Amino acid sequence: MTGGARIWALHLALVAVLFAALFVLPTYHATNLARIMVLAVFAMGYNLAFGYTGLLSLGHAMFFAAGMFAMGLPTWHWGWGGGPALLLGLVAGGAMAGAVGLLALRTAGVSFMIVTLMFAQAGYLTILYFGQVTGGDEGFVVEAAARSLFGFDLSSDVPRYLAALALFATALAGCLWLVRSPFGRVMVAMRENEERSRMLGYDPFRVKLAALVISGLYAGAAGAAYGLLFGYVGGSFATIQYSILPLLYVLLGGAGTVLGPFLGALAMFYLIDITSGFTSAWLFFVGAALVLLILFAPKGILGTIRERGARWLP
Amino acid sequence: MAALMQTEGLVRHFGGLRAVDGVDFRLEPGEIHALIGPNGAGKTTFVSLLSGRLPVQAGRITLAGQDITRLPAHARVRAGIAYTFQITSIYPRLTVFDNVALAVQSRGAADIAAGVAEALGRVGLTGLDAQEAGTLSYGHQRLLEVAMGLALKPRVLILDEPTQGLAAGEIEGFKALIRSLVPDTTILLIEHNMDVVMDLADRITVLNFGRVLAVGTPDAVRADPGVQDAYLGGHHAAG
Repeated sequence: MTGGARIWALHLALVAVLFAALFVLPTYHATNLARIMVLAVFAMGYNLAFGYTGLLSLGHAMFFAAGMFAMGLPTWHWGWGGGPALLLGLVAGGAMAGAVGLLALRTAGVSFMIVTLMFAQAGYLTILYFGQVTGGDEGFVVEAAARSLFGFDLSSDVPRYLAALALFATALAGCLWLVRSPFGRVMVAMRENEERSRMLGYDPFRVKLAALVISGLYAGAAGAAYGLLFGYVGGSFATIQYSILPLLYVLLGGAGTVLGPFLGALAMFYLIDITSGFTSAWLFFVGAALVLLILFAPKGILGTIRERGARWLP
Repeated sequence: MAALMQTEGLVRHFGGLRAVDGVDFRLEPGEIHALIGPNGAGKTTFVSLLSGRLPVQAGRITLAGQDITRLPAHARVRAGIAYTFQITSIYPRLTVFDNVALAVQSRGAADIAAGVAEALGRVGLTGLDAQEAGTLSYGHQRLLEVAMGLALKPRVLILDEPTQGLAAGEIEGFKALIRSLVPDTTILLIEHNMDVVMDLADRITVLNFGRVLAVGTPDAVRADPGVQDAYLGGHHAAG
């Protein structure tokens, strides 16, 4: 089997396992897994900017929320259906990332992190300020009529799981294709040595802006899907917490790996789920896990596996 | 014949330091042109202005008659000016293949693998494709840097101290490589090793304190009393 075939086979196998899981897992865990898959799409998008292109953003909550609100508001105010609303969410995430990128990419490193954080905070405050339109910090429940896609009711378990899986599989295939493409190589080149890349004829600003927009499309799609599948849109999704979560997923799973964001989201979700079941101090366990990660596997789960022998992993 | 690349009154000062101070320079098509001068003469600053890594303060740069003075660095690379770094600048954590592929795909080549194989073949690194570039020996990293420049198929290849740190045997191979590139590619070479310069160069420009001290064939430059005073005599006799 050639390298390319082996890689695609591995990723297809994961999608197949996730499909089979629907028939094996109890409803509670299936719903969790649907949530994890959508969050993993968010993290995959984050990883394209951070893990591959080296853009450490703290503003991704804004792109996630842009997708969520661009999906939710038309369903609430204008009675849009789920399909068009979902598409608008995807576009909104990308457009927001493009707008922020045009300004924020004039900076780099720590400044970029701070500028993106400021933009995201401004976005959050904007949602609160226009509370009558956005639902403010209470948010709103997505109309039942809007929560259907191609005739399937997304508020029931099986269609919801399948919709999450379809989104995840599409995002995964897109990510895998992108990072193995010539443009994926240029993204990594920007991360590794920007000056050298410039002197090979690549415009750093354009490459980073393109990567950020793609990342925003992922975040927007994930935000829109999250609202549509789980029926709630709220300002809390625009808080700093939702910028840090994808960062944690990516660090835990392995920055710059295709499957890392999913593994990270899965591990972090269940770490919180299990520990919060018996203690209110579950954040302590999250912190401890991160300390252990930094000490023993700074490249994350998949990054460490890749380093220890599976070098073919994308 | 029209110059391939030309500068008029090029200026770049750093505070009070006149690194490049009104340089007129002509690069003829197909030549190997060496740029020499004592440390601090402004050689690297000058080629940084040519490649666009530093903005020009005054003066004008043309490539084949086109004014490129304000063109950003990446656009100059696309226009055909390749620059190889004095301090090796590769992607140490990427494979040798990916390092060269980045250059090959930058010029829009259809077959990336073939382009990589060709560039690696020219510098004698065939077979090292899968190796992580940072694990290569220093000499091989220098050659990889040159391969990346070649893979761009530039009209002008600027080599900043390419033989620095190479073993004697490697230098012989390097000279043969450079000779094989002209006249398709025009070479601008910054070099401290006078044997390499005298052996390779068709013409030499000598810089001193940011100004052109002399221009001419190796023999003419060697015979120039001003050059001998400033730089060459003692250095060359000792070398």
